[in-house]
Amino acid sequence: MTITLYDFELSGNCYKLRLLMSILGVPYDIVPVDFFPGREHKSDAFLRLNPFGQLPVLRDDDLTLSDSGAILAYLARKYDASGRWFPEAPDILAQVLRWHAVADDITSTASAARLALSFDYPFDVAACQKGAHRIFRLIDEHLWFGEKAGRDWLCAPDHPTTADIACFPYIMLSEEGGISRQDYPALRRWTDRVRRIPGFVVMSGIFPAGPAKQD
Amino acid sequence: MRNTLDSITRNLWHVVAATDELPIGLVETTTLLDTPLALTRGLDGEPVVWLRRDEEQGEEIDAETVLERLPVKTAYGYTWTCLGSPPAELFPIPEFAEPDRVNMSCGSIGIHVSAPRAVENFLDMGHFPYVHTDILGSEPHTEVKEYDVEVSEERDEVLATRCRFIQPRAAKSATKPMEVEYVYRVPHPFCSVLYKSCPEDETRQDVIGLFLQPVSEERCRAHLLQSMIDSTSTITDLRRFQQTIFGQDKPILENQYPKKLPLDPRAETPIRADKSAIAYRRWLSQKGITYGVIPQAS
Repeated sequence: MTITLYDFELSGNCYKLRLLMSILGVPYDIVPVDFFPGREHKSDAFLRLNPFGQLPVLRDDDLTLSDSGAILAYLARKYDASGRWFPEAPDILAQVLRWHAVADDITSTASAARLALSFDYPFDVAACQKGAHRIFRLIDEHLWFGEKAGRDWLCAPDHPTTADIACFPYIMLSEEGGISRQDYPALRRWTDRVRRIPGFVVMSGIFPAGPAKQD
Repeated sequence: MRNTLDSITRNLWHVVAATDELPIGLVETTTLLDTPLALTRGLDGEPVVWLRRDEEQGEEIDAETVLERLPVKTAYGYTWTCLGSPPAELFPIPEFAEPDRVNMSCGSIGIHVSAPRAVENFLDMGHFPYVHTDILGSEPHTEVKEYDVEVSEERDEVLATRCRFIQPRAAKSATKPMEVEYVYRVPHPFCSVLYKSCPEDETRQDVIGLFLQPVSEERCRAHLLQSMIDSTSTITDLRRFQQTIFGQDKPILENQYPKKLPLDPRAETPIRADKSAIAYRRWLSQKGITYGVIPQAS
């Protein structure tokens, strides 16, 4: 098998795939795409790979896939022998897909605010920030009650799933969109747990967690 | 807000866009020194800049219909303008014209910090192993060795020389760790130019320019120039390398407090490695810059 990731370093959606492939120990090649300032994702050559003109695109031999959430599911089903990252059980699968949808909402709010402030996208920054805070508040509550019940991750199992990978990057990059995580302590504790998953890698703008407290 | 706009800053050339990235016949909008600007390029490719009224981003415009224009200079692939009376010349980067160099913009990126803070971060080597881990530095090689700093009277610029640092991956073209020698110039209050040993040709230097557009006193846009000796990498590869570095600096810069640069020597506690920053702050103070800084109490 030969996996090729069409990738932009500063894209959180591309990073989701780098992160899961690193955790799963799946080797891959990178084709850099000049998303900014070159807007190469709107070029004819790229539109032939993904007519929606969005990163990331992943090729696995002859198969061409797009959409970070869909690719996370594909990679987990194909390369995670443990079956933990994208579980089969119907109730858990529904939870994971529910959080993949939240991840897309985080992209359209927190990531959009970052694109506006950092890359001059003509989005309504205040509306994006407000939307992101609403989602962060809901996640913080979900995680806070989870901690009380002994649940560390977004979904019910006692291990992380693709839901955690999908939601993580644009939460971690939120400050670049002017969205502070100061008021969401359970959310911040969860980002530390994600950063301590064996095989975790950083991207530009995301730093490793400090060592965990030893009990 | 505007009352801190000193006349030195007002009369400088300021970068506002990568010229090639300005659309021909469409309005681009930006902000310089709290002032809304509109930009476009004419059919001849030449940029036109004016004070924005109700123009919207992406609107069609014929550059020839714009009569009240701000001064424009194109240099190093970028468009520069001025809100006051600009000097005849912009600072020189003679290497840019060498025919075998690969010159490119690496994107204009908004940062929530003052322009002088961004210049100062660019001058700092102490953060390399911690922020640019395994690229521009790595533990245990954390020492910033003694280097020289002077303010050139003749050229009116801060110059730091003999800066050396062990770097695991000094450039896209680097294949092994090397001790890299840096020269930093600050030829403009909001611009810095870095010369570093070139992995491909030890007799020459790669040139990286950081040109800051002061949007407000606490926000700027960083325009990155690379002028490289690299016969193998693509522009996309070279941009990616520089954006990776810059993306690592960004959260660190945005967490600096206060966002304006304090010029009082007692405001922050420098260490020996900060010699270039001390000289830069003093130079800004002596020039009478008040925009984007916290001036020294008189």
